[in-house]
Amino acid sequence: MSTTTLPPAGEKTSPKSAPKRAISDRARAERKLGWMLAGPAFAVMLLVTAYPILQAFYESLFDFRLTDPENRSFTWFSNYYVVLTDRIWWISLGVTLFITVVTVAVELVLGFGLALVMVKALSSIRPIIRAAILIPYAVITVVSAFAWQFAFSLTSGFVNTWFGWVPGIGADTDWFGGQWSALFVVCLAEIWKTTPFISLLLLAGLAQVPEVLQEAARVDGATWWQRLTKVTIPNMKAAIMVALLFRSLDAFRVFDSIFVMTGGANNTETVSFLAYRQTISRLEIGLGSAVSVLLFLCVVIICAIFIKGFKVDLSSTTGDK
Amino acid sequence: MSRREKNLWIFGGILIVIYALFPIAWIVSLSLKAPSDLSNQQFLPTQVSWENYELILTGGASDLFLPALRNSFGIVLIATAIACFLAMFAAYAIARLDFPGKKLILSTALAVAIFPVISIVTPLFNLWRQIGLYDTWPGLIIPYLSLTLPISIWTLSAFFREIPWEMEQAAQVDGATTWQAFRKVIVPLAAPGVFTTAIIAFFIAWNDFVYGISLTSTNAARPVPAALGLFSGASQFESPTGGISAAAVVVTIPVIILVLLFQRRIVAGLTNGAVKG
Repeated sequence: MSTTTLPPAGEKTSPKSAPKRAISDRARAERKLGWMLAGPAFAVMLLVTAYPILQAFYESLFDFRLTDPENRSFTWFSNYYVVLTDRIWWISLGVTLFITVVTVAVELVLGFGLALVMVKALSSIRPIIRAAILIPYAVITVVSAFAWQFAFSLTSGFVNTWFGWVPGIGADTDWFGGQWSALFVVCLAEIWKTTPFISLLLLAGLAQVPEVLQEAARVDGATWWQRLTKVTIPNMKAAIMVALLFRSLDAFRVFDSIFVMTGGANNTETVSFLAYRQTISRLEIGLGSAVSVLLFLCVVIICAIFIKGFKVDLSSTTGDK
Repeated sequence: MSRREKNLWIFGGILIVIYALFPIAWIVSLSLKAPSDLSNQQFLPTQVSWENYELILTGGASDLFLPALRNSFGIVLIATAIACFLAMFAAYAIARLDFPGKKLILSTALAVAIFPVISIVTPLFNLWRQIGLYDTWPGLIIPYLSLTLPISIWTLSAFFREIPWEMEQAAQVDGATTWQAFRKVIVPLAAPGVFTTAIIAFFIAWNDFVYGISLTSTNAARPVPAALGLFSGASQFESPTGGISAAAVVVTIPVIILVLLFQRRIVAGLTNGAVKG
């Protein structure tokens, strides 16, 4: 007699026609053990993300301010209407996209350079470089943001003194006084902090390019640049795409640097900061939740663009053999 | 490789080291400036002063900084321990057992890892207030699991795949009991992976600012990054720059030491989980 075991929630049932043979007891026991061992971690992950986002969606449908709990009322999607018709939302979305595109583009080039140096560096100095590169990764984002803010600040900074010879920079250049100059410093800090991560991912990708191909190209007389663009980069496309996806999503939620360096002044507010300000500072739970849900949707859209549009094959990274 | 080319790569290496250390050097230098020296607009202090360290360790800012340090260490260590404990079982199942849902678990971990943190904060802020978890240790430990657990599952599964599990049977054939085989063979092989995973998870939770600033309001649970964001000077007219710099150095040094000691493993852990899989 063959009994069909109930597959765990969320799993595809195997097509009815295919398996004539019943799942053996051993396989069934293995499945059960697998879910017993992995189940708690899985449940905790859902509990700390799926539940809050559903709660946020629910709360976003109410007009609710924490300081005025009496007047909580169900207003369908009016919070979304308020957010999406407000200039502040579009400015913060623009700023977030700007930071994401600029930092990720610069980091990709810079990170690739770092990875190349690490590959080429003599084995005697490689540990030193590797340790150095890990330091920005390990430094708290807030600390890095402060370091860069103080460097550019009017009172404590040295940048204006050092770069006084550059046209447009003088002793009284207020970097945080304007939108573009403030965003420039924010991007610098972000780039410094996260390039190491991207370069490590690219380094692992570089290691996967077969050496034979390089040799063959060299024998055929390809220049260094040709080898880089025609052999190395196409062969590590997967690693590049994964690094891009991870960093883009990470950059899109930029919050710490903005909080520390500008506090959102001069139109430097990002979407994350807007959600924070609505909920935590203004206690507008309904509006803040709506911004949170919209931010979540943006992340989903970016993911979809990468996976569908650029054909990022995440199955090669999900580690399923 | 020609001599000239070699020198070029060494030069590149030196540039990288400067790139990585420059902001650190700057914040150290800043932390050694006396308040009157802070606005000298130079990179180095005119005279080395320990005043800022006194301020945060024994002086006026110590009642803000020291509890934050304790909170950070406690909360982050507990969140890391829980994540590693849960991830160990999950990663063992993923690496060794054949069951449907493996892919689902790994994809979920990926999705959680890229989840926008602020979208978790807004609902938790309201909920924690209602059930009394606002501004408590558990109130931060639970959301920190969303940071530490996914990366732990990924890194550990990558490490566990590399373990030669046949050695366990080999030991049993040689007469070891199941428990002995596990303790004497598997544990020593798995320990480095677990340890590396713990370090990486620790870094990520240690770095958190969004949860720390949103879900706490007092010294009861406020972690270091959030405290740094709220630092103020000894008086209203004194800038907090020196104190922040000194505090930043204090929380950065242990992390740098960890990196220097375990750099090879950290790199392996970061890249295994993400690329090789």
